[in-house]
Amino acid sequence: MTGKKYLYLVGLAWVLLMAIPFTKSYAQEHHAAEAKAETKEEASKFNASEIIFGHVSDAHDWHFFSIGENHISLPLPIIIYSKTKGLSVFSSSKFGHEGHREAYNGYTLDEHNKIASEDKSESFYDFSITKNVLSMLIGVVLLLIIMLTVAKKYKQNGANVAPSGFQNALEPVIMFVRDDVAKPTLGAKYQKYMPLLLTLFFFIWINNMLGLLPGGANFTGNITVTACLALISFIVLLINANKHFWGHLLNPPGVPLPIKFLLVPIEIMSLFIKPIALAIRLFANILAGHIIILSIISLIFIFSKMGQNPAAGYGFSIVSLAFSIFMFFLELMVAAIQAFIFTNLTAVFIGQAIEDGHGHEEHDHHHEEATA
Amino acid sequence: MELLKPALGLFFWALLAFMIVFLILKKFAWKPILNMLNERETGIANALQTAEKVKGEMSAMKAENEQLMKQAHEERSAMLKEAKEIKEKMITDAKELAKTEANKIILDAQEQINRSKMAAITEVKNEIGLLSVAVAEKILRNQLSQDSAQDAYVKKLTEEIKMN
Repeated sequence: MTGKKYLYLVGLAWVLLMAIPFTKSYAQEHHAAEAKAETKEEASKFNASEIIFGHVSDAHDWHFFSIGENHISLPLPIIIYSKTKGLSVFSSSKFGHEGHREAYNGYTLDEHNKIASEDKSESFYDFSITKNVLSMLIGVVLLLIIMLTVAKKYKQNGANVAPSGFQNALEPVIMFVRDDVAKPTLGAKYQKYMPLLLTLFFFIWINNMLGLLPGGANFTGNITVTACLALISFIVLLINANKHFWGHLLNPPGVPLPIKFLLVPIEIMSLFIKPIALAIRLFANILAGHIIILSIISLIFIFSKMGQNPAAGYGFSIVSLAFSIFMFFLELMVAAIQAFIFTNLTAVFIGQAIEDGHGHEEHDHHHEEATA
Repeated sequence: MELLKPALGLFFWALLAFMIVFLILKKFAWKPILNMLNERETGIANALQTAEKVKGEMSAMKAENEQLMKQAHEERSAMLKEAKEIKEKMITDAKELAKTEANKIILDAQEQINRSKMAAITEVKNEIGLLSVAVAEKILRNQLSQDSAQDAYVKKLTEEIKMN
């Protein structure tokens, strides 16, 4: 019981802390506006798109909040490999902080928070532990702890003991993936793909949820991540695709030759569109959720800057809060649904690639009859 | 458009992390969990099957028991019937025996009575005979006490002889 209470407290503290950057940046800008009359227009303008994109983009430090000029953020390790300079590992705090960027070891951070080399001709590879990578590592550790604990319980209790505790929460989800995702799409060979589907599902789900935490990273709303996951399912598809699948793709039987010239390129395109759609779907859904919530919250500050009086902002905060609470619930649902859709579509694509051609043979037969 | 640019580092770490998580979970989580789920499901299916089987056996046993009960009932009623018959037979036998015994006793008694009666009658006859002789003697003495009567009688007797 006390452990749960402690968790709630930590959650609440986080929510409160995350609210501070907005109010502080507002205060800071307000102060600046008073001080410098000529920059008043520019300074008091609340740049919502900058704030939003700053939050949904990857970063080399985990920024929590700023008090005045003090930025409270967690510096993250920078790992760069370059052919000339070799491997360099250092903390991102060496780059200074926003507004005061410094060069270190010949590298610096550009306006997009990306590492740039001072020597423009030099090429390097950035393997830094960014905010997204750290968030993913937290998700991975949580996932491992949860799943290994539950698996241990299964091993301890044996098969004939009713599930208890967290086991109870996970078992229906695992059964759902097995009975409603894998079995209908993959048929008899479903067991081979269960570990992949379960890992995909829980990996995406837990990272979606971590992204929803205030101050959380936008890990699954990053095109690199979704492309990586889509690539994994695409490679699994390619490895497991059978002769029947390739045959239908490259030489569709029973199709007149001129149409083949049209059909085969379309089929090949569709093969590559599948993983691309998979990647973009997850990326766009999660990113959109983040942007909507951030936009709704930004509305408070936009309204407060509209006139001389910030009262409009205070008034709108109620509406904004109601909307963002609604969106949070929606996003909680989307987190699970998108994980399910990604897993389900992976299963469907693999299912298409491994199915035997019984149904099609019948179709061919019909066609032959028709031509005769 | 900055959002659509893939980053090599993130790709590398995500791929690596996913692979490691996949391999660890495959070996240490999914395999035991799925095995246990399968085992439990087959266990439940088996238990249901066994229950069904036991149910069938139970009903067979019940039918058998009923058959046995019925048989026992029949046997009991047969035994009761037999016992009743034996009882009745014993009673009739006893009655019969008693009757014959009684008859025999009665016959004996009657014979005894008859014999006694006959003896008594004989005795009475003898007594009567003696008495009659005595009476006759007395009468004869009385009648033949006079000579004329004697003569008359002799004469009569002689006449009877002559006629013969």
